[in-house]
Amino acid sequence: MKKDIEITNLIDAYLRGELSSAELADFQQQRSTDPAFDLNVVEHENLVGHLTEYGDRVRLTSEMNAIHEEIDVEALKREVKPEPPVIYRLWNKYRVSAAIAATVAMIAVFGTLFSTGYFAQGISSNFTQMRRDINNIKRSQNALIKNISDKPSRGPVNPGQFGGTGFALSANGYIVTNYHVIKGADSVYVQNNAGEVFKVKQIYTDPTYDIAVLQIEDPAFSLASLPYTFKKSASDIGQSVYTIGFPRDDQVYGEGYVSSRNGFAGDTVAYQVSIPVNPGNSGGPLLDTKGNIVGIINGKQTFADGAAFAIKSNYILESIQAISQDSLEKKLVLNKRNTLTGLSRQDQIKKLEPYIFMVKVY
Amino acid sequence: MRKEIKSSVPADNEIILGILNDSKDILNRLYKTYFPMVLQLVLNNNGNEDDAKDIFQESVIVLYNKVKSGNFELNSKLKTFLYSVCRRLWLKRLNAQSRNVRNIEDFTDIIPVEDDMEKHEEKDRQFTKMEHALKQLGEPCKTIIEDYYLQNRSMQEICEKFGYTNADNAKTQKYKCLQRLKKIFFQS
Repeated sequence: MKKDIEITNLIDAYLRGELSSAELADFQQQRSTDPAFDLNVVEHENLVGHLTEYGDRVRLTSEMNAIHEEIDVEALKREVKPEPPVIYRLWNKYRVSAAIAATVAMIAVFGTLFSTGYFAQGISSNFTQMRRDINNIKRSQNALIKNISDKPSRGPVNPGQFGGTGFALSANGYIVTNYHVIKGADSVYVQNNAGEVFKVKQIYTDPTYDIAVLQIEDPAFSLASLPYTFKKSASDIGQSVYTIGFPRDDQVYGEGYVSSRNGFAGDTVAYQVSIPVNPGNSGGPLLDTKGNIVGIINGKQTFADGAAFAIKSNYILESIQAISQDSLEKKLVLNKRNTLTGLSRQDQIKKLEPYIFMVKVY
Repeated sequence: MRKEIKSSVPADNEIILGILNDSKDILNRLYKTYFPMVLQLVLNNNGNEDDAKDIFQESVIVLYNKVKSGNFELNSKLKTFLYSVCRRLWLKRLNAQSRNVRNIEDFTDIIPVEDDMEKHEEKDRQFTKMEHALKQLGEPCKTIIEDYYLQNRSMQEICEKFGYTNADNAKTQKYKCLQRLKKIFFQS
């Protein structure tokens, strides 16, 4: 082993060029005569060559890493980074303007819609609810002042801000009308054909079916038993119908027929009825020839002739069933006997008159 | 779309000479001149700056090996050579990651570098092998070998550094270490 160490040192010295010329000649001599020694030298040289290459590469890499540290890669990146496609560049450039333009457009659209009352209307701008807009406020104020200076009356004499029609559900003071008639009301009064005014309170409202149930607050109020009944089944197209309502301060009779099974824009809750109706007719009863209530007038199509709409009577019944009977002061029992059948139209109307009310909303 | 990276470019033969002389200044200028080009290549082809660094350093190693092996013929611009090597390396790496490579977006001319790549791959294998062998060798052998063969220190210095009582002990130690390294390196 001692010899091996010597040989290794000798080769190392040879590779480093530390041998003197005499030693070198001796070394070369030994290589040429001793093949084992020569192999040893070649192996050694090979290994040291790999080692040196390894060392060079390690050094070069560390030098490059040091240089790399000096480079501001982020700045370079910005300089050489791939340019985004045209659409992204346009977007980056114009997105603020686009956002502003979109906002302005939206404000314009919604502002216009809002100011023209698009959102205030229940169903559509093509649909007009038939409640009466009473705008002679001046007269009403005068009347009010006059009333105060005179004597207290049973209710305001003036025709409220809005008006509609309603009709009795039962003899003990329950009245049905349209939800849109009394929507947003401070107080609601009803006036009968004789001109008597009663204060009512809202018992139940159903915005989906556009139905509201009112009750006359006067505990003494009572009617004779109702002459009409409510039709449970659907009416056929062509069924003759009539209505009585308050498009003005007196009851007005209108006659027509059921013209379609569905209401405005396919609304299955209502019929389309060909009947003359005007603002104020909303909430009025729609009766067939036998004196059954088949519906309740609630609107008409604005730009079409003879297209009025009436909520089907079975939805009135549905609404009544939805009222909790326990919450009512008086029992709400629907009439089951029809006394109008067989009478002439004039007689039917005479019997109906006391059960139809003008609804006044303040 | 395409930007040419402009900077004061050192002359090609100046660089070759600098490489042969192990000039740090030339390495510095070489690095700073050509790194942006490679960064651009890699960033534009699904890579990040770290990929660019690896690829570029590898290409410089290829260049150094080629120049130092003595058979370097400058039959293209140095820039083109480096770019072609980097492109080649990057394609290979993309393939290894099995990313979708249809076409790489080029920024300058390219030359075929297959021969150089083959040589480089062989050298790369040897390098990794040596790295593993040295790691397996353990201390203090690794340091003794590195000090003697890589740093070219004398046995006297090593003897003092490791606190051997005389140079013969150090020489024995070095002999044993070298024998073990030889065994690990050639057997693996």
